[in-house]
Amino acid sequence: MVWDILIAGFLVLAGVFGFVGSFGLVKLPDPMTRLHAPTKATTLGVGGVLIASMLFFATKQGHLSAHELLVTLFLLLTAPVSAHFLAKANLHRDRPEGLPRPEASDWATFSPGTDTAAEVLAETGDAPPLTPPQGRDH
Amino acid sequence: MIAAALTFAFACFGLALLLTLWRVVRAPGVSDRVLALDTMVVNAIALLVLYGIWQGTAVYFEAAVLIAMVGFVSTVAYAKFMLRGDIVE
Repeated sequence: MVWDILIAGFLVLAGVFGFVGSFGLVKLPDPMTRLHAPTKATTLGVGGVLIASMLFFATKQGHLSAHELLVTLFLLLTAPVSAHFLAKANLHRDRPEGLPRPEASDWATFSPGTDTAAEVLAETGDAPPLTPPQGRDH
Repeated sequence: MIAAALTFAFACFGLALLLTLWRVVRAPGVSDRVLALDTMVVNAIALLVLYGIWQGTAVYFEAAVLIAMVGFVSTVAYAKFMLRGDIVE
């Protein structure tokens, strides 16, 4: 009975978090805040589902499987990486207004000279210097 | 009690999947579309695990692991393509 309540609580919590994450994806005003909602909330949502599933199979069927832990570990490792990639793509493509300027010079991601691979290629002359795409149509 | 909570979670993640689908179709920019696809993958994983609980089998976790891996790789490939206009340089 206690396990039932715990599993049901985790399931309801996970459902609420998952829905809020996708709702924020639709509702929030600008790309960086839209990046925030799904990456946090859906990770919590899937985490809740996986904890509930682990408790369910451990208490009801009597075997503890490591697959849930594998999925959880993989999602928790990869979600920040993909979110960081998408944020970087946002910075490059859209140059969002209203960001504070850095004190020293420019944002590292905004200046083409800081791309070490492009610099090396340009110095050795193996290939024409690479410039990130800017101001392209969506 | 677990059945009711499962139904609630199914409804929540189904609605979330519909919202991300709406976002894929009507997005203001390409990066939003990629983000919506990433969120859609996460919701699909949650639905798969929920279906595994519903059926009482642990078979669906392998599929969940596979979808998680493919989703991560595809998101990184899309982001790379948005940044550089190419995936393998």
